[in-house]
Amino acid sequence: MTDVSPLLEVTDLVKHYAVRGGVLRRRIGTVHAVDGVSFSLSTGETLGLVGESGCGKSTVARSVLRLIEPSSGAIRLDGTDITRLGKTALRPHRRSMQIVFQDPFASLNPRMTAGDIVGEPLEVHGLATGQRKRDRVGELFEQVGLRPDQMKNYPHQFSGGQRQRICIARALSLGPKLIVCDEPVSALDVSIQAQVINLLIDLQRRHGFSYLFIAHDLAVVAHISHRVAVMYLGRIVEIAEKRELFANPRHPYTQALLASVPVADPKAKRVAPLIDGDVPSPINPPSGCAFHTRCRHVMDRCKVERPVLAETATQHQVACWLNEGTGREA
Amino acid sequence: MAVVNYDSELRRAGAQATHGWRRLVFLAQRHLLGTIGLCIMLLFVCTAIFANLICRFDPLSIDSAHRLAAPGMLHWMGTDSFGRDVWSRIVHGARISLAVGIGSTALGSSIGVMIGLASGYLSGWVDLVFQRVTDILQALPLLVLALVMTAALGPSLPNVMLAIAIPLIPTVARVIRANTLALRELPFIEAAKSIGMSETRIALRHVLPNTIAPLIVLATAQLGSTILTEASLSFLGLGIPEPYPSWGRMLSESAVEYVRTAPWLVIFPGIAISLAVFGTNLFGDALRDILDPRQRG
Repeated sequence: MTDVSPLLEVTDLVKHYAVRGGVLRRRIGTVHAVDGVSFSLSTGETLGLVGESGCGKSTVARSVLRLIEPSSGAIRLDGTDITRLGKTALRPHRRSMQIVFQDPFASLNPRMTAGDIVGEPLEVHGLATGQRKRDRVGELFEQVGLRPDQMKNYPHQFSGGQRQRICIARALSLGPKLIVCDEPVSALDVSIQAQVINLLIDLQRRHGFSYLFIAHDLAVVAHISHRVAVMYLGRIVEIAEKRELFANPRHPYTQALLASVPVADPKAKRVAPLIDGDVPSPINPPSGCAFHTRCRHVMDRCKVERPVLAETATQHQVACWLNEGTGREA
Repeated sequence: MAVVNYDSELRRAGAQATHGWRRLVFLAQRHLLGTIGLCIMLLFVCTAIFANLICRFDPLSIDSAHRLAAPGMLHWMGTDSFGRDVWSRIVHGARISLAVGIGSTALGSSIGVMIGLASGYLSGWVDLVFQRVTDILQALPLLVLALVMTAALGPSLPNVMLAIAIPLIPTVARVIRANTLALRELPFIEAAKSIGMSETRIALRHVLPNTIAPLIVLATAQLGSTILTEASLSFLGLGIPEPYPSWGRMLSESAVEYVRTAPWLVIFPGIAISLAVFGTNLFGDALRDILDPRQRG
């Protein structure tokens, strides 16, 4: 699965937001939305990114696409550093990366027909116009399981699942190498979720692009991902191959997350949650390991020193002092 | 959400009709007052268009033999102190009122839209400058500003239009800016950015069409007040110059001298002004209910 040179390589990505207050709008604090995230993604691979809401998953996604400007760090797409590219220089690279959003209702312009929405990227990049554009849009519609005659309908005439299919068709239209999915199914009914996930998997098999798949639903992530990264308060705490992570979670936070997955059996005994309390504020994140305020295994060292992502097994990295000595430095 | 969807609004209102004519009939029945307003507006529009067919006299021709004639079979609404037919003058006055009303609303709205879009979409210092200028304009009432403008520009039809249009800009700019700010954060704008569209294209293709509903509502609401402002300016002698018939000046010419001896000179232009403003307001209210349900109250 892993290639020699990765399609996407994110190094030490940081996004801080200034908190301003007072009459002079002085900087009174910093939100550490993303605080040093590194990962890589190979061609044809799906990396699941999971974590509680507010942990910075979407910020990572939007930074990768340069929809928000990262404070520091580097994003390399297909060998090119796109972190500091200007608007014009970035434009050709935009074709290589696309996004599917969470809310299929707000991510389509209500005043445009479905056909226009899917065809617009082709027009903007000068790839096809007129009849050729219509043919291509029809093809894309078929690929995502919509009928080409639905092209003239407006977004409100579609169901949630169908709208998400339109979003996927729009993302596909430019032939991207990377599609960022920002919780693409969490706004949909469970029965529709499966259909859309299977469509995504099917499309990946056919076109061979990579997904950066963001979700908070572990079952969905388990189904679609090849590798999974767990985020907590702006950092990746554990990253591993999917089966390895689910079978052998090393970080106490990952263990807690996996234990909290609901079991579809009303008679099943409930396990006491492994963590309680809320995520600390990203404005003043805890010293040392950010998770130490909620960790069951907290040691003195955790409060002072921040653990780095270190390899404990092949393709399995954990940022936790408990795993020190069990593996080697990454 | 900043986006209003009339189809779902219609369905919520219980409209079964999904197609043109039947939907129109449904809306007309539901908004009876609005329909009356629309009819009044259409009446004035037709009057303005077919003015030459409707009136029997030249509105400018003086007939000293029939000075201050009371309403009768020959002069339906009587004549003024120069013997000019009041009916003809009111019919032709509709042209002036509509020209000024529609012209200045269109001019003010288009400039306002551009400023509002730029302000809301570009934000930063562009926004700051535009908003402060808007604040200054908005601090003065419509009529006062229009008065100063016509006094400076001199009375003529284009100048009156301009003078009334400029005070309209801030309100339109504010509404469009607020809408743009809300729309800018929606994922479909982000999607447009991730596709690599230019800012101008996003603003014109994705933001602007979604602010049309509140714009139409605002423009209709302002139509009435522009007609009234024109009448007020002409009443004060700063509007449309002689000899063209303007309802406002017809009132001012006769109000003091003839209100007792020839009341028709005051009554009929007054009715024309009130009816036109009343009609546009009724229609504007109904449009707001249909297109912009959030403002209902």
